[in-house]
Amino acid sequence: MANSDTMAAPAALAAGPRGPKPKRRMTRGNIMVYGTLFIFALYYALPLYVMVVTSLKGMPEIRMGNIFAPPMEVTFEPWVKAWSQACTGINCDGLSRGFWNSVRILIPSLILSVAVASVNGYALSMWKFKGSEVFFGILMIGAFIPYQVMLYPIVILLREAGLYGSLTGLVLVHVAFGMPINTLLFRNYFASIPEELFKAARVDGAGFWAIFFKIMLPMSLPIFVVSLIIQVTGIWNDFLFGASFTGPDLYPMTVQLNNIVNSVQGVKEYNVNMAATLLTGLVPLTIYFVSGKLFVRGIAAGAVKG
Amino acid sequence: MALSEATDAGQAGPTKKPTRLFKNMASKIAALPMVFTALVIFVGGTVWTIVYSFTGSGLLPRLKWVGLDQYERLWNSRKWLVSIENLAIYGICSLILTLVIGFTLAALLDRKVRGEGALRTIFLYPFALSFIVTGLIWQWILNPDLGLQSVVRGMGWEAFTFDPLNNSSLVMFGLLIAGLWQGTGLIMCIMLAGLRGIDEDIWKAARVDGIGTVKTYIRVIIPMMRPVFVTSLVLIGSGIVKLYDLVVAQTSGGPGLSSQVPAMYVMTAMFGGQNLGQGFAASTMMLVSVVIILVPWAILEFGGKKRG
Repeated sequence: MANSDTMAAPAALAAGPRGPKPKRRMTRGNIMVYGTLFIFALYYALPLYVMVVTSLKGMPEIRMGNIFAPPMEVTFEPWVKAWSQACTGINCDGLSRGFWNSVRILIPSLILSVAVASVNGYALSMWKFKGSEVFFGILMIGAFIPYQVMLYPIVILLREAGLYGSLTGLVLVHVAFGMPINTLLFRNYFASIPEELFKAARVDGAGFWAIFFKIMLPMSLPIFVVSLIIQVTGIWNDFLFGASFTGPDLYPMTVQLNNIVNSVQGVKEYNVNMAATLLTGLVPLTIYFVSGKLFVRGIAAGAVKG
Repeated sequence: MALSEATDAGQAGPTKKPTRLFKNMASKIAALPMVFTALVIFVGGTVWTIVYSFTGSGLLPRLKWVGLDQYERLWNSRKWLVSIENLAIYGICSLILTLVIGFTLAALLDRKVRGEGALRTIFLYPFALSFIVTGLIWQWILNPDLGLQSVVRGMGWEAFTFDPLNNSSLVMFGLLIAGLWQGTGLIMCIMLAGLRGIDEDIWKAARVDGIGTVKTYIRVIIPMMRPVFVTSLVLIGSGIVKLYDLVVAQTSGGPGLSSQVPAMYVMTAMFGGQNLGQGFAASTMMLVSVVIILVPWAILEFGGKKRG
């Protein structure tokens, strides 16, 4: 029997699988596994769904309807209103101001912090000097200090430098606080590069910067992407620093969003609020869905730091 | 890697001393931003705040010593005590539930389920969102008149009540639902990596010995994953102490004082109340709690064996 089966194998392959379909096992254990996963998937997925659905409904429909129901009449008006008309205090120019502030904070912070962190990591792994490990240790411990502890001294520093309340000041703060995790990331990456490569370049007479720009940079693009992902989500999602170091005109998107939604005056427009919330979450969500595995890698690096 | 150090040591005769400072100069210059951040912001800032927590600073920081007065006032303040109590409730529940949910999800996903990638994406996406966004979404879902409560009531269960955000004894749990939603994906991810690191042979051995799946997890796998659990614990713990944005967005500390947290106390004292000394003392207490979480971990992790 078995013999004839193997003989007939090429023919059977051509004709597709034969015989009774193997039964999908729906054991009790399986049902438990999939059931639990399904319930949790609902818990995680529903809020995003509710947010999208709410933002596409009109207010009358929200008042009488069910938050889980899909919109009967899709309207994009809440999105337009959230973007360009929603009010914070006396300003009624919408969330777009916060968005552009966040962009203006994000771009320089990203460039500066990734540049500084990569050079740090490079110096710490290949050009150690006396005390370099101590500074690195302090940096790592600093990552765990609650930000509130350092908030007021930073206010004073920024004020002395004439940067308090400016975007430049906030950018510098982001660079400083992004340093521990990103330096760690780059240090560990550069430490894994074979030493011979570095030695060969040294023998050829290359110095600190030449080795960095000509050899290390081209080799480490993936780690730059991971670092960028960490920084984009971190800086975009920041609330504390934005609220502490800038004024109403320069508030980043998160701060403005909170002010719009939690403002006590006026009738609550839940659809506009949800559109605004979704708009604010869109940047990190896009990064998350596009970057996939690299995002997880960034998290794994963050796990070491906290 | 230690190449430059080695050459340093080789030439470090007493006569060559002045040149040592200039050895490796490019590296030292390149590290200046790091040195500044470490020494001035992290060390300097922390020391400054601790020193000024012993002064009577009000609207402006002043070096007028008052000893432990600020701390005495702090621990006599009802708002602070409520904050601590709230954070304790949130913290204990969050710690236990995050570990349990994170591990359960990771273990389930590790059972070679279909659609693992999609499920992982769903479990982890909230982690990409800010606490402000998280708080606002859940504020809307938990809205008593239009949210979850009204939907269940609309289905015929008229007496159903689920309004944690307006109930002072339940509000911390309302925050917990949102906090878990945002943060458990991260722990699941770390746990899953830990589970994937466990040798397949362990499972085979357990099967040969006839040990059940659940029992294998509890008796064999979890003890093997001790380092992963410790990392998770530190992550969750230091996150709890910082709890702030979520509360601001979801409840603004209300109703009344019932969802006040220490970080909020600090912010109000420093920026809202012209009460800097109180803010410094309270933030120093936050620092102390982080130290209490971190020191045992650091001793466990780095005390015994030296790691590079």
